[in-house]
Amino acid sequence: MATSTASAPVTPGSVDDPRPPRKIGFRQQLGKWDVKLSPYLYISPFFLLFAVVGLFPLIYTAWVSVHEWSLLGGQGEFVGMENFQFILGQPNFWKALGNTFSIFVLSTVPQMIAALIIAAMLDANLRAKTFWRMGVLLPYVVAPVAVALIFSKLFADGSGVINTLLGQIGIDPIGWHSQSLPSHIAISTMVNFRWTGYNALIFLAAMQAIPRDLYEAATIDGAARWRQFRSITIPMLRPTVIFVVITSTIGGLQIYDEPRMFDQAGKGGSSGQWLTLTLYLRDLGWRTNNLGRAAAVAWLLFLVIIVFAILNFTLTRLIASSGAKKDKKGQLRVSASGAAIPSAPSPASTPVVETSPATGEPGSGTDGTTGRTAR
Amino acid sequence: MSTSIPMLEQSAGRGAARAAARRRKHQTQTSEGRRAGWVTYTILAIVVLGSAYPLYYSLQLASSTASQIAQNPIPGLGLGGNLLENLQRVMDANINLPQAFVNSVIVAVVTSASVVLFSTLAGFSFAKLRFRGRGPLLVFVIATMAVPTQLGVVPLFIVMRELGLVGNLLAVILPGLVTAFGVFWMTQYLESALPYELIEAARVDGASMIRTFWHIALPAARPAAAMLALFTFIGSWTNFFWPSIVLGTQNPTLPVALQLLQASFFKDMSLIMAGVVISVIPLLVLFVIAGRQLVAGIMAGAVKG
Repeated sequence: MATSTASAPVTPGSVDDPRPPRKIGFRQQLGKWDVKLSPYLYISPFFLLFAVVGLFPLIYTAWVSVHEWSLLGGQGEFVGMENFQFILGQPNFWKALGNTFSIFVLSTVPQMIAALIIAAMLDANLRAKTFWRMGVLLPYVVAPVAVALIFSKLFADGSGVINTLLGQIGIDPIGWHSQSLPSHIAISTMVNFRWTGYNALIFLAAMQAIPRDLYEAATIDGAARWRQFRSITIPMLRPTVIFVVITSTIGGLQIYDEPRMFDQAGKGGSSGQWLTLTLYLRDLGWRTNNLGRAAAVAWLLFLVIIVFAILNFTLTRLIASSGAKKDKKGQLRVSASGAAIPSAPSPASTPVVETSPATGEPGSGTDGTTGRTAR
Repeated sequence: MSTSIPMLEQSAGRGAARAAARRRKHQTQTSEGRRAGWVTYTILAIVVLGSAYPLYYSLQLASSTASQIAQNPIPGLGLGGNLLENLQRVMDANINLPQAFVNSVIVAVVTSASVVLFSTLAGFSFAKLRFRGRGPLLVFVIATMAVPTQLGVVPLFIVMRELGLVGNLLAVILPGLVTAFGVFWMTQYLESALPYELIEAARVDGASMIRTFWHIALPAARPAAAMLALFTFIGSWTNFFWPSIVLGTQNPTLPVALQLLQASFFKDMSLIMAGVVISVIPLLVLFVIAGRQLVAGIMAGAVKG
């Protein structure tokens, strides 16, 4: 820090200096380059590595998908759309698409509702806050593969805990592994187990950023707790809910670990009951050794993800805004009678619309290697 | 309520601190507040028990024998007496579990260190230095966070085979060395946590850029860097899809080894669960030590890692 004797300070104005540049010492010249080049130097590792291991493979997938390309033989001849035609003609592709969608819905909708409820509980004035927060986060540190192994035993058809419990209350055992919908429920349960608490904490952070005055005003107006939750909490959480739903969409549609580990064969069940798109991709590429077709599935899955992300974005916006409507100033209509809050201390300029940094904004680490999409 | 707000700002970022400050203000105003009733505690207790039970169940199976498991579909409350024996058996099984454990540690440690270093470097540059193209490049970083890079597995595999890295740990490490999320996370944090005055002071004292980074930015980034390291470590430890494609059976990481275990010993649940226990324990230890930071990290940045 203190090498002041060695080199002179770099003055920003030195460029406009009338003196000829020769007079600037070597060290100063060096310092100038240091200032100019360092920013690029520091961001270059990310961009170089990302270009090689992230961007290039994604784009090159398109190239592979229009060629015959076997796992062992490598690149073959150009076949145009043939790989896509083949896949779109496969019943298994459509089955996988349906299963992926079904598992996605079963794991997202209940998860969001449960996470909101848990977040509301955690938002109350609790004793031992940290304990409860850590408690709901516990499943997050268990690898999806381990979760899947544990839950496939819990959901075992013959002697699983769940079927045994059902038997004790007089319900016939359910074919968790043999039937389609039950297998989706079992797999969704694994996803929900791992992510509900995590998302609850995100919602909790957003809830804590809601100004408490709103609740006080609503209480004065006579709104009950449930009404407050519906008309204040939910609308205020809208950006966060949208954010979580979008990241769940990107990750959830690529689901692989849980269905892969649901039985030891890893083919999505005897008749593809729980075959998902990523499982199908893996199967085409590395079991039938056809990388060209696997790449085509990757592109189709990419399209599906984009379509669903947009669809969910629109849908979530609609659902979240139907709770309470905002007027033009961005103020919330809270009271049941529809009148604006009379006693709100600071009107339109309050952080009503401000999405605090603690909420959704920073971060959607849906990164391929460490992110949620990697499961 | 023992932690001060500036402290919280250090550990959890400004957003959380602001939220806490706002919250505390209102708590003192409304002395009654919304004190949690027994219903809240009951529901939360059920949720926490539900979170813990599957883990305890795996420990129960891992400590039983195969015949005990067959006899009692629902184990009682206690543990069986065969835990150590099962752990020993699974370590000796022919799936190379000890090697897998070491591999997982190597991959997780190397990727966490690299992600933190490169993200902090890039974050420092994006947050505090001025250069042409800064805005568009940052937008690019943010945009790539939403791109499902996992879908590039096919070319990635082709490349790794060209490089002769199939079956090599490097094939798993290389794609994990940087994350767009990490860059964004550190940029966000350094923007608010690192005052310009500090950088200028260092520059006036004649420190070079890299010295300024090392002695000023890096120490300031420590709280966020620690959280980023945690999330990267967990993400790497639990990663399965790509390692299962590129590593094969000879040189697995733990999740891949668990899959091999399931494939060869699916009749012996006690053995499989012993493997599960071995794979879960390191992250559980981490959770006990750093669970607070995990919670704070998720709440501060709504991390998806």
